[in-house]
Amino acid sequence: MRKDGVFIAVDVDDAVVADSALAAKLVEVCPVDIYALAQGPPATLDIVEANLDECVLCRLCLDAAPPGTIKVLKLYDSESVLV
Amino acid sequence: MSILIDSDTTFIVQGITGREAVNLTRECLDYGAGAKVVGGVTPGRLGRDVHGVPVFDTVAQAVAHHGAPIDGSVVTVPPAFTKDAVFEAIENGVKLIVIVTERIPRRDVAEMVELATLRGARIIGPNCLGIIVPDVIKMGGIGGPAKNAAQAYTPGPIGVISRSGGMTTEMSSTLSAAGLGQSTAVSIGGDAIIGSSYAELMGLFEADEQTQGIVIYTEPGGRMEAELARWVTDNNSRLPIVAFMAGRFMDEMPGMSFGHAGTIVEGKEDTASEKIARLAQAHITVAERIEDIPAIIGDKIAARQSAGANA
Amino acid sequence: MRFFEYEAREIVKRAGIPVTDYGFTTDPAEARAIAERIGGPTVIKSQVLTGGRMKAGGVKFADTPAEAEAHARAILALEINGHMPRGVLVDPKAEVEQEYYAGVVWDGIRKQPVMIFSPVGGIDIEQVAAEQPDKVGRRHFSNILPFSEFQAKEVIASTGVTGSALNKLVPIVTRLAKLFTANDMILAEINPLGRLADGSFVALDAHMDIENEARGRHKPLLADLGVGDEETRQAREATPFELAGEEVDATDHRGVAGNVTEFDGNLGLVIGAGGGSLTLFDAVRAHGGHPANYCEIGGNPSVAKACGLAKLVLQKPGVDKIAVMMSIVSNTRVDIVARGVIKACLELGYDPAEKIAIFRIPGAWEEEGFKILEQYHVEYADRSVSLNEAARRAVEKIGADAS
Ligand code: SF4
Repeated sequence: MRKDGVFIAVDVDDAVVADSALAAKLVEVCPVDIYALAQGPPATLDIVEANLDECVLCRLCLDAAPPGTIKVLKLYDSESVLV
Repeated sequence: MSILIDSDTTFIVQGITGREAVNLTRECLDYGAGAKVVGGVTPGRLGRDVHGVPVFDTVAQAVAHHGAPIDGSVVTVPPAFTKDAVFEAIENGVKLIVIVTERIPRRDVAEMVELATLRGARIIGPNCLGIIVPDVIKMGGIGGPAKNAAQAYTPGPIGVISRSGGMTTEMSSTLSAAGLGQSTAVSIGGDAIIGSSYAELMGLFEADEQTQGIVIYTEPGGRMEAELARWVTDNNSRLPIVAFMAGRFMDEMPGMSFGHAGTIVEGKEDTASEKIARLAQAHITVAERIEDIPAIIGDKIAARQSAGANA
Repeated sequence: MRFFEYEAREIVKRAGIPVTDYGFTTDPAEARAIAERIGGPTVIKSQVLTGGRMKAGGVKFADTPAEAEAHARAILALEINGHMPRGVLVDPKAEVEQEYYAGVVWDGIRKQPVMIFSPVGGIDIEQVAAEQPDKVGRRHFSNILPFSEFQAKEVIASTGVTGSALNKLVPIVTRLAKLFTANDMILAEINPLGRLADGSFVALDAHMDIENEARGRHKPLLADLGVGDEETRQAREATPFELAGEEVDATDHRGVAGNVTEFDGNLGLVIGAGGGSLTLFDAVRAHGGHPANYCEIGGNPSVAKACGLAKLVLQKPGVDKIAVMMSIVSNTRVDIVARGVIKACLELGYDPAEKIAIFRIPGAWEEEGFKILEQYHVEYADRSVSLNEAARRAVEKIGADAS
């Protein structure tokens, strides 16, 4: 699933979206509420479009998920990926 | 050398588990030689740690753990609890207290300052960002993360005293860019009553050999500039001073408050124009623009030195 | 926050200081009733938070209740220095033998309260101090030691007052000093303090100003006086634009994007922090610019908040462009503010490069911020461009003295 703000886009692998435990963890780590739980059951991950541009590039979501499964893209910098 | 703090200074952070305090602790540990943050205090959090700094319930526990008197404390607790936290620090032998908290009623500040004076302690702030000795140590959020602080502050001969935390960095950065580093920069806070005014820090700078000149940032409101002017004249200070005065527009708007809590024109003596006149009488140059400050202070220092050499 | 005279008198009265048998009302008929109850000549005083009410006709003397009613009606309709009165105070016209002054204020240098006393009252104490300095006594008192009556006695006696007047004044000045501390006042003043024919003293007018930061711990008093939390009593009432600014700042708890003050120029300012805003506002004016507003950003606000503030300023009638400028930031992030202000332009259908005259915020996360600004072709500056130079460029773009 990918959603785009004006400055930031977040692209999450479908496997992560479907993993309720991981989804809950992402909701907890993001300081600006970019992740939310979609109406379940089973609970899956949702991306809150309205909060995307609040991303502080802290990488906490990247650290919480398996490498490469989440991409935070800087739309103002030729979609460069936060690493 | 420096004033107030140096590489050996030990301090604690009261309210260390708050969001801003966690950041501030990280910044202080990272900057320069790395500050000796020997403990933190948040009641009910004994046994935790913040970036490796042990957390205690009381200042007494922190002192006991350290096994020796602790020099300083950075206080970041909410306004309603600040007075108690500062009293606790003072009664446990802490001699230098930097109060970051904003919006503390002045009666509380006055009580803290009076107790500090009785016990031979000193308060910086409230509503301030603390103290920095470039490349050596910082105590408080001044200059921000170590990397940013290193970009603005460099070691050198200028003492900086400022009622605005952000402008301490702006002015120091301007001085650094012109090749004039700082001996120590102190953000003294923008409230109507503060622990240490310009005049109350001048004696320390006067005694510091590294310091050759002083740059201050000031605003309308209060009588601290008049006090400074008097101090300079009475003590025949060796240090040339350049001041920058912001908020001149406020002279046309009596009774309105802008910027800091202490910034309000209540009477004629509070106005920017009156303050500029008083400073001028004490040979303190008031720069029109921040970018003019390095040249003015540089010239003044050179003039003093050649006068000294000729004498 | 300043109190109206009728509130200040109530505070004085609660502290045990004698006051006259006055009444407060907003209704001319009730003013008549109060005058009847008092029986005898009265003074009708406009209740406004501004000086010069005597000169403006806001204080009138009445011999009869009918006259009191007529004066009250006139005064209630009389605007003084842009302020409509809150009501009128109907006061017995006391037979005063002598007017004194008693006040307490903070001394920011000594960091202690100072009592000021003078046997010359009824006029501005600064004037007395200038003309008859030996008639003004001053004495500081401790913030932590208990107040003792001798301190009041000393300040009164230092002005030459003795005899029974001294002994009657000591408890009054003591109570004033104590009420100053107990209520977190920044000014507590009785002027005039009248000595009546029988030798007793009575407070004839009072000025009280409570510290805003301490209002929270005096809720019962404020509730008793009917002062609501929303009442700020600034020197000038907040405009709708300023109220909208407060709303923006209240969007979330992250950082500050507020303290908006309205001016009537064409250059919108999105500036910070406290000291930086003061410096920048001066600089814009020094270059002949006309600010549309004052404001302060600080403490790392959210993108939404920076966006809300920029939108508010951009939508202000007469605003042509905004200048986004701050002193070097270490807590607030350059990229976050850049996103906020650009988003504001986009959401209003403007080209950021056109609407943002200049962006000068160096400091934390500037590399990231500058990338964003480049993408939208917004003119930006780093720390090598001074606040003053940034202000000059902004004014130049909008055309100095164009409006
Ligand atoms: S980088 Fe940080 S702020 Fe951005 S989405 Fe991930 S957790 Fe949230």
